[in-house]
Amino acid sequence: MKLVVASGKGGTGKSMVASNLAFTLVSSGQQVTLVDCDVEEPNLHLFFRAPATTADVTVPVPVIEEFACKHCGKCGEFCQYGALTVLPDRVLFFPELCHSCGGCTLVCPKRAIREEPKRVGTLATSTPLPGLTLISGTLDTGSPHAVPVIREAKKQASGDPEVIFDTAPGTSCPVVEALDGCDACILVTESTPFGLHDLQLAVDVAARLGIPAGVVINRSDGKDEATTRFCIDHDLEILLTIPFDREIAAIQSRGDLLCRARPAWQKDFTALLLKCRALAGVEP
Amino acid sequence: MIRLAVISGKGGTGKTMVTAALAHLYTGSQVLADCDVDAANLELILNPTLLCTDPFMGMKSALIDPAACVKCAECEAYCRFNAVDWTGTVFRINPFRCEGCAVCTSVCPVTAITMQPRQTGEIRYSDTSLGHLVHARLVPGAGNSGLLVHAVKKTALERDGACDRFIIDGPPGTGCPLISTISGVNAVLVVTEPSVSGLHDLKRVIKVCQQFRPLIMVAINRFDLDAFQAGAIEIWCRTENIPLVGKIPFDPAVIQAVRTGIPVTQAGASPAAQAIQILAANLEQELKHSGNQQ
Repeated sequence: MKLVVASGKGGTGKSMVASNLAFTLVSSGQQVTLVDCDVEEPNLHLFFRAPATTADVTVPVPVIEEFACKHCGKCGEFCQYGALTVLPDRVLFFPELCHSCGGCTLVCPKRAIREEPKRVGTLATSTPLPGLTLISGTLDTGSPHAVPVIREAKKQASGDPEVIFDTAPGTSCPVVEALDGCDACILVTESTPFGLHDLQLAVDVAARLGIPAGVVINRSDGKDEATTRFCIDHDLEILLTIPFDREIAAIQSRGDLLCRARPAWQKDFTALLLKCRALAGVEP
Repeated sequence: MIRLAVISGKGGTGKTMVTAALAHLYTGSQVLADCDVDAANLELILNPTLLCTDPFMGMKSALIDPAACVKCAECEAYCRFNAVDWTGTVFRINPFRCEGCAVCTSVCPVTAITMQPRQTGEIRYSDTSLGHLVHARLVPGAGNSGLLVHAVKKTALERDGACDRFIIDGPPGTGCPLISTISGVNAVLVVTEPSVSGLHDLKRVIKVCQQFRPLIMVAINRFDLDAFQAGAIEIWCRTENIPLVGKIPFDPAVIQAVRTGIPVTQAGASPAAQAIQILAANLEQELKHSGNQQ
């Protein structure tokens, strides 16, 4: 099963849910691959510290061969992102605007544009626990394009049967990239107006992508009526409710795992997994 | 005008709560913007009255005319975003994946593909008791949030550029929307939380900010939930010479204020409100020292 943990609002506990699910799975002797798709602020490696092998993630960017370029302006005209400006005597390239579509190389009549790889991030792969493979995508600081790093991280895990993806908050392209192709989606929320508002947006994204979704309410202070009502109205199962508890917060903040520090919670996360399998329609 | 962005790196640290409270405490003229366009929440606290809206046109999207298509699959071969799907009978563009590059239009031998404008969001200009608010709604799942952030900021500056202050509620992360948010600001306030994740994300987002050279300040929210991690953040800030302007305690009054839909500083005396008043005073001091005060 390819299971993705998402949320509209940030800081609701996506990484907490993803890491504890993975821990619970390997504790019962299963194999799992955990992929950190929150490449702007990846955190899973803080909960599973282990030496990792890293590889660069690159994207192709154009290089203008000045000797061949006639400054005709076709590339600059074609580029939809404004990444190329053609002056009478040279071509200016703005790499932060480039989407690596390759269009400029296709339209150049002099074939004066070739591509070379440019690093935008890294993938770190480690085995922090027996049976657990952790793949962490990290966007280089200052690089705006998260999607290619997410794409590579997902590709790395594509052959594995049991994968859990942790995503960035929000509802735009990095989230869509992470969700795409998954069998089921856990949406983590908190019972505040912010949490509910952003849950509604996240439910919309999952629905548009056709991914079955369920809800985890985290840091519940018992006042979950509005969230519960929304879930009933939208036929969303509340898969798990985790109470607000200073002790749970402290376990999380020091980089420990709830299911390691309080093994009784493994039962709850096992049940959560079974519900996700049911959502995805796969054999338990 | 001082342009101040409240950001966090890690999500859910309390950016919006702090932004609303700072806006409530500021006595000069101000315009507000919610640049967390994926999941905009400032409107839930400021109770805005909508004045006008503008459609936001994102990148164009390719469209294949099935009647003209000769099914040569060139578009599919050249698309680097996997945005061309073969349904079994026709080729179709997946709008979630299309990044609007137009490569398919240039390789199609029969010009069956055209680029179509698409509305991917809406910019809203509203009035609130604290000043005008520019906010936005991105169509869930749409791209171009960085462009929309740019449009939101531009609207605020065009309409209310004469204000003394421009306060921006920023997005989490370090990517495109964040970079778009902090470009051109005088100061950023990074709201963090006492956890290993909070500190890790704080370091990363500050590294991005430093490329833009604004005044950088830090505040720790819910600092008392983990005194050890809060201490680690304080020490790190001191080593990096980054002013720590506030420490806000965990306080149920914050959630209560959000549920009521008001800034926590407006909800009467509470430990959190008091801490934010100190934070605001320190922030003004820092702005003055850095020569940003007009």
